[in-house]
Amino acid sequence: MNWGSILDNTLSFMLSPETIGFMLAALGLAVHFGYAGLLNFGMAGFMAIGAYGYAISILSFGFPWWAAMLVSIVGAVIFAILLGIPTLKLRGDYLAIVTIAAAEIVRLLFQSRVFDEWTNSADGLGGYHDSFRSANPIPEGTFGIGPWEFTSDQWWSRLFGLFLVALGLLLVWLLMRSPWGRVLKGIREDEDAVRSLGKNVYLYKMQALIIGGVLGALGGVVIALPSAVIPQYYLPSLTFFVWTALLLGGAATLFGPILGAVLYWGVMAFLAGLLPAMANEGWLPMSSTAAGNFRFVLVGLALMLLVAFRPQGLLGNKKEMTFVK
Amino acid sequence: MSSSSPDPTASDAPEAADAPLSQDAAQELEGIDEDTVVETLEVEPTHEIHHATGLATGPGAPGVAKVDPILVADHITRSFGGNKAVDVDHLEIPRNAITALIGPNGAGKTTLFNLLSGFDKPDTGEWSFNGRSLAGIPAFKSARLGQVRTFQLTKVLARLTVLESMKLGANGQRGESIWQAVVPPLWKSQEREIEERALGLLQKFKLFEKKDDYSASLSGGQRKLLEMARALMTQPEFVLLDEPMAGVNPALVQSLLDHVLDLKAEGMTVLFVEHDMHMVRHIADWVVVMAEGRIVAEGPPGEVMKDPAVIDAYLGSHLDEDIGVITGRYDEEGNRLP
Amino acid sequence: MTTIGSLRRRRSAPRASGASTPAPGPQHTSPWRGLWLIVVTFFVVILQAAAPATAQGDGSQVNVEEHDQNIVANVRYNNEPVAEVRVVVSGGGYEAEAVTNERGQVRIGVPTTDPYEVLLDEETLPEGVTVEGENPITVAFGSQFFAPANFFLGEDVRETASFMSQFIERFFNGINFGLMLALASIGLSLIFGTTGLTNFAHAEMVTFGAIIALWMWNLGLPILLAIVVAVIASGLFGWSFDAALWRPLRRRGIGLVQMMILTIGASLAGRYIFLIFIGGGTSQLPGTGGVRHQIFGPVKLSTVDMVSMGLSLLVLLAVSYWLLRTRIGKATRAVADNRQLASASGIDVESVTRIVWVIGGALAGLSGVLWAYFRPGIKWDMGVQILLLIFAAVVLGGLGTAFGALIGSLVIGILVEVSTLWIPSDIKYVGALGVLVIVLLFRPQGLLGRRERVG
Repeated sequence: MNWGSILDNTLSFMLSPETIGFMLAALGLAVHFGYAGLLNFGMAGFMAIGAYGYAISILSFGFPWWAAMLVSIVGAVIFAILLGIPTLKLRGDYLAIVTIAAAEIVRLLFQSRVFDEWTNSADGLGGYHDSFRSANPIPEGTFGIGPWEFTSDQWWSRLFGLFLVALGLLLVWLLMRSPWGRVLKGIREDEDAVRSLGKNVYLYKMQALIIGGVLGALGGVVIALPSAVIPQYYLPSLTFFVWTALLLGGAATLFGPILGAVLYWGVMAFLAGLLPAMANEGWLPMSSTAAGNFRFVLVGLALMLLVAFRPQGLLGNKKEMTFVK
Repeated sequence: MSSSSPDPTASDAPEAADAPLSQDAAQELEGIDEDTVVETLEVEPTHEIHHATGLATGPGAPGVAKVDPILVADHITRSFGGNKAVDVDHLEIPRNAITALIGPNGAGKTTLFNLLSGFDKPDTGEWSFNGRSLAGIPAFKSARLGQVRTFQLTKVLARLTVLESMKLGANGQRGESIWQAVVPPLWKSQEREIEERALGLLQKFKLFEKKDDYSASLSGGQRKLLEMARALMTQPEFVLLDEPMAGVNPALVQSLLDHVLDLKAEGMTVLFVEHDMHMVRHIADWVVVMAEGRIVAEGPPGEVMKDPAVIDAYLGSHLDEDIGVITGRYDEEGNRLP
Repeated sequence: MTTIGSLRRRRSAPRASGASTPAPGPQHTSPWRGLWLIVVTFFVVILQAAAPATAQGDGSQVNVEEHDQNIVANVRYNNEPVAEVRVVVSGGGYEAEAVTNERGQVRIGVPTTDPYEVLLDEETLPEGVTVEGENPITVAFGSQFFAPANFFLGEDVRETASFMSQFIERFFNGINFGLMLALASIGLSLIFGTTGLTNFAHAEMVTFGAIIALWMWNLGLPILLAIVVAVIASGLFGWSFDAALWRPLRRRGIGLVQMMILTIGASLAGRYIFLIFIGGGTSQLPGTGGVRHQIFGPVKLSTVDMVSMGLSLLVLLAVSYWLLRTRIGKATRAVADNRQLASASGIDVESVTRIVWVIGGALAGLSGVLWAYFRPGIKWDMGVQILLLIFAAVVLGGLGTAFGALIGSLVIGILVEVSTLWIPSDIKYVGALGVLVIVLLFRPQGLLGRRERVG
């Protein structure tokens, strides 16, 4: 077993665009669930809208990369409003089911051959990278140390992603220490009480849904930046993976989503190397493919254990548990 | 999903669960047909005492006009599955007075409360607050107009600290707008003012030491106090208290009653729901009696309580336990002390 | 499927070389796709070298020895090979035809490297399937070693069939689908009603039944017996699922939202355990896709369809009888209606809950078997493909009401099938999910639920 390469891959993946995209998506989910108490199970829909908005704007309409990102943001805002109008007045568990259904509707429409001209249906989109790469200020070459040695283009998408994460963190930090954030946390605890104090609960929930949704869409963009947009990626299980990352770090904390995303993908990459290798060595009674899939069983178990035994996550305060209700 | 929710703190659970049962129970216990009682009350208004309060323009009877009403409601009905929970023809609440809304369980008090505060929509009806119609106005807007309410089962914001909950109550906060929220200098000074006011109220409600604790750690009575203090942060004109004394440790009842009296002293109008007559007797200036969704009697507490039908049907026979004495604002004969 | 589509599309979107394709899990295929899209993959391979001589005489190998260039065609139906399909190759005065073997393959030798037309004889396709794209396809060879072409096939929408007869046919299909959904959704609804649990892992209880049936059949049991064993095993699975996990958690007083996320974790774990055990492919139960008999008018049903519908009806009637007439059934409805009240009136809520888990599990297992026939095929994520439809049915009928779930399922099943008259079949689930959203908007208590009393 090659421990060196497994460890190398793990550390490298902790700084991958996918990890960075998960940071943004989990941060968005923290706004939804951790601060506003909204059970959004449709994060995959926001991520899909971000990624498709970006790719279609470039491929079909020839937008520059930054305008394409704005399209993604606008798309997420519109989706949040469309989703919020009917659902924000519903009870929590209904909201969960509706959001997961809405995200599936989005995915099915992107995957459908009806819009093939723009979405390329099941095959997804690729080849939209030129515009973003042409804006790369980093000189040609390969930089970095150890596992984090990347080409100029690879650094560019990572650094840009981290820049968005920093912006997102700043926004969430500012908002959550303001009276606005106080109202939001109040809604999380008991929206009727907040309503009785003269706050427009619906408006605050909508604003939270939009902010978290935009963060999720940007996460989708960052993941898609260096790769491709494939509809099958945006299954409900993607939402649940983001949830796992969020709950791992701590839902109602600022850095919980960041830590959660890094740990989630670190562990996933580590297991992706370790488990097949163990199977090949004969230490696991299964094929190496099956062993690779075994990590998703562990994700499910981890999600269960977290919720049952440490709902506040790694960074959360025991008293400020996420699921008091 | 909530019908089977095992969560005992669900706001609608108790009233919903006990409503049909307890009415039957009341009838069984008292052996009196409700309709008879209603008629008796309507036919026999008592004329002598109403002038003493100076609140009403006529004798104490259901729907009597008030000299200066803060809230006027007309033809309010609300049914649940064919069962009329509220059917109020006319009701006026006198300004700068403490009005008690009493009646047995399931009489529709909390439902009427929810309707008046915008937390539920009536099937029919009109009502106005300070002359301004509130029908169809969402709850948060009527709260902004100066009509604030509390809940029968206290709604504390468990994972907010006591001080944070208080500050949340203040209205007109600049920092509650999402655009200004991200620029702290825009709201910092206002935040300091709010904090001062909150601390002042906490001191008054004897919660100052708890200010940095999570609200979840408070006792039942402290929660009631916090909820009332939080409501006062909105600087209301009209306070609706839903069973403010329910489930409160007797040692705290005195303090709560005191605070209710203070509200009036500070110029506010109070409407409170209570099904226990002990609490009502001395602090209320006016009493409205509900049964089966309708208002069956109205008048000053002494007058309403002297009505034998009301006593038998709704109030039980424990009037001798005098709460007024506990608060020190009344002597043992029930006369208000200066 | 990716390769197929990329060849078909008009505007090519080449993936950047070296770019990684993000994928949350390996072997992820669309959960819906397998259902609606019947794709015949039609690879035409022109081999420059002589193909190795293989078994001759089954009609799938024609002129292979005579010519240097061979066209190899694979005919696949929902990723499964289709036998007995006639394929004709013609061009330059040369014509040859072959019939696919059990591997769905033909091999036809051609004399030159000129273009040839490859025609799939639609008359020989299974009932209800037709080529949607180009047919025949002209194969042009460049310098390429082989030039694959593909035909997209969809459900047969014959222009000749009248709207009414199409409608009736879909309607019957919808009833079949709806009855199958009802088996799963009644269990989900009862479990929700009695415990408040929004059970996402119900999908895996569905898959479990199908997998056990397949396993038993592979062990040599007759299929009917295998199904009975699968249903019993599913009931036991439901019981142990409750005993091992949910009962202890209920005792700990864990909140409903936490429980819901726990079911999601269980669903993920269970699904990937299935993947590890049965792999990413599709397996068939015996009797799948049999001959369809004309019942009346345009309605054609296979024996399996009829048995499936009959069995669903029978089981649903039995469940209704149980709920309406037996003591435990009545107690179950009481608990589902109001757990506290039922408990206060002396009903042993825990034992009712246990029974509901057993029955819910068994019903889910049976629906899994029927779903395996309807899809068709057993796959590790087959349950989650219909999970949202089950939710839609339960919400439409009114959460926690058993008969609401039955009606909701029929509505959803019929809606999904009939809606394909107007909308493309690859978005037919969108309609059902849209209904879910709209119902929650206007009547959150569902068709048969009661509006909660407020205050």
